[in-house]
Amino acid sequence: MKNVNEIRADFPLINEKTVYFDNAATTQRPAAVTAAIKEFYDNYNANPLRGLYDLSSLATEMYGKARAACAAFINAKCAREIIFTRNTTESINLAAYSLGELLINEGDNIVISVSEHHSNLLPWQRVAKQKKANLVFMEPDMTGLLSLDEIKSKIDLKTKIVSIGHVSNVWGRTNPIKEIVEAAHKVGAVVVVDGAQAAPHMKVDVRELDVDLYAFSGHKMLGPMGIGCLYGKLDLLDKMPPFLMGGEMIEYVTRTDATFAEIPHKFEAGTVNAADAYALNTAIGYINEIGFDYIENHEKQLTARVMEGLSKNPYVTVYGSPDPEEHCGIVTFNLEGVHPHDLASVLNDDGICIRAGHHCAQPLMQFMGVGSTARLSLYLYNTDEEVDFFLEKLSKVRNLMGYGS
Amino acid sequence: MDLKNLYREIVNDHNLNPQHKGEMTDPDMELRGVNPSCGDDIFLQLKFDGDKISDAMFKGSGCAISQASVDMMIDNIIGLSKDEALKQSALFHSMINGEVTDEEELEELDEAYYLKDVCHMPARVKCALLGWRTLKEMLG
Ligand SMILES: Cc1ncc(COP(=O)(O)O)c(C=O)c1O
Repeated sequence: MKNVNEIRADFPLINEKTVYFDNAATTQRPAAVTAAIKEFYDNYNANPLRGLYDLSSLATEMYGKARAACAAFINAKCAREIIFTRNTTESINLAAYSLGELLINEGDNIVISVSEHHSNLLPWQRVAKQKKANLVFMEPDMTGLLSLDEIKSKIDLKTKIVSIGHVSNVWGRTNPIKEIVEAAHKVGAVVVVDGAQAAPHMKVDVRELDVDLYAFSGHKMLGPMGIGCLYGKLDLLDKMPPFLMGGEMIEYVTRTDATFAEIPHKFEAGTVNAADAYALNTAIGYINEIGFDYIENHEKQLTARVMEGLSKNPYVTVYGSPDPEEHCGIVTFNLEGVHPHDLASVLNDDGICIRAGHHCAQPLMQFMGVGSTARLSLYLYNTDEEVDFFLEKLSKVRNLMGYGS
Repeated sequence: MDLKNLYREIVNDHNLNPQHKGEMTDPDMELRGVNPSCGDDIFLQLKFDGDKISDAMFKGSGCAISQASVDMMIDNIIGLSKDEALKQSALFHSMINGEVTDEEELEELDEAYYLKDVCHMPARVKCALLGWRTLKEMLG
């Protein structure tokens, strides 16, 4: 079992010079992951799924192993339930386009929540506009909690699709997925989950949650940028029409028509990103080696330290639940009188990386009644010392900005 | 100038005690300027005496750099003709984009000159430019 210093030593960009607190945007990668990208190109490179020669078979095998690793990572029934995409955004666009074609007619409802990332909002806005369907918003309370009453009042017989973030990238709150799935399945609706902020931080079990589709990004869980996943139940994926059309996703093509390949290939048009899939497999191996018990405990303990420190600063407002256990390593806050962009610039001067702005969730900012906020997000390599350094620097910011304290 | 000194010596004063913040009842021109990605949002009003800007005011919210930059801009443009104000806006843009660095050439920017180091902070360029961009849109 590695301790935090041993973990840090695995990450070239995690060192004394920077305090990296923007993990919800993208994590850093261990050297093993970047090495894996090179390893693929140096040892297994050929166009997977195409060639009839050994090297191409090897590339295909490595790509298939990565798919199996992703399936195991979220406890899918089999590897064919995993579609490789570029990221969560592409996964949700695929889901929205394809489910829109399959399920949505004029007057139907698509239910999401007001706290969605733009990536789980805009694709549905487009489907709703094109199909003259309605986009219905579930509204949590100000701690980010979606009540059972709210869920039941918005999901009704007109609902065909529910698409919900597993963990909010602003509040860090975990949504009651099981309850939402139950309410949706009762009325025959399909449930899509945006798992971008959940998959890196907790053991996700898609079968236990009984979700129909589940999207996540490799780059938020130590993997490379440019590789993500969409999980789907086999029978649903079978029925869904393809998203992108072209090579690799066909069975038979004439001048005017085509039949499509089996899943998952039906959804993976064009040359795939095998090298990054290969490296994502390495990232998953790294996470498995550390284990979610460590990751969750470590994040909770650091979050508690952050929130306790912030609570001692009378000028700080923390958004979401007062309970550090309900934050998934994300703490969004404001410092009175200081715009989050100024705050982020000033902290940057001390090597601290935090996010400031609307976090791609403008409707949520409007709902919370704030223009923008600052966000700190933690991961397995952050330390108590980094938290204390941040708290100390933060306590000096108002003074620097010309306030008495 | 490093960032912390820039705040301490220049920006804070204009941000916390702006000279030109408020609203006119009878402006000749007004325009809203926003940085959608940051949430910086200003409303700029101009009053003319013939071709000369006789008064200007702004209201709004945003980061200290955006707010201080507008306040300094208004300091500079009161008393200028439309063309002179446009020329100064162009000069400020060139400075922030790192195209003009000659101190003598930049002298007429007065205090706003001290924002020149923002050109090394790509994320803050839009903030510094907001007021000047809005002015250019109004007069251009
Ligand atoms: C909740 C949530 N959904 C979706 C995304 C989009 O992820 P990506 O940019 O990897 O597509 C993000 C991250 O930016 C996110 O936090």
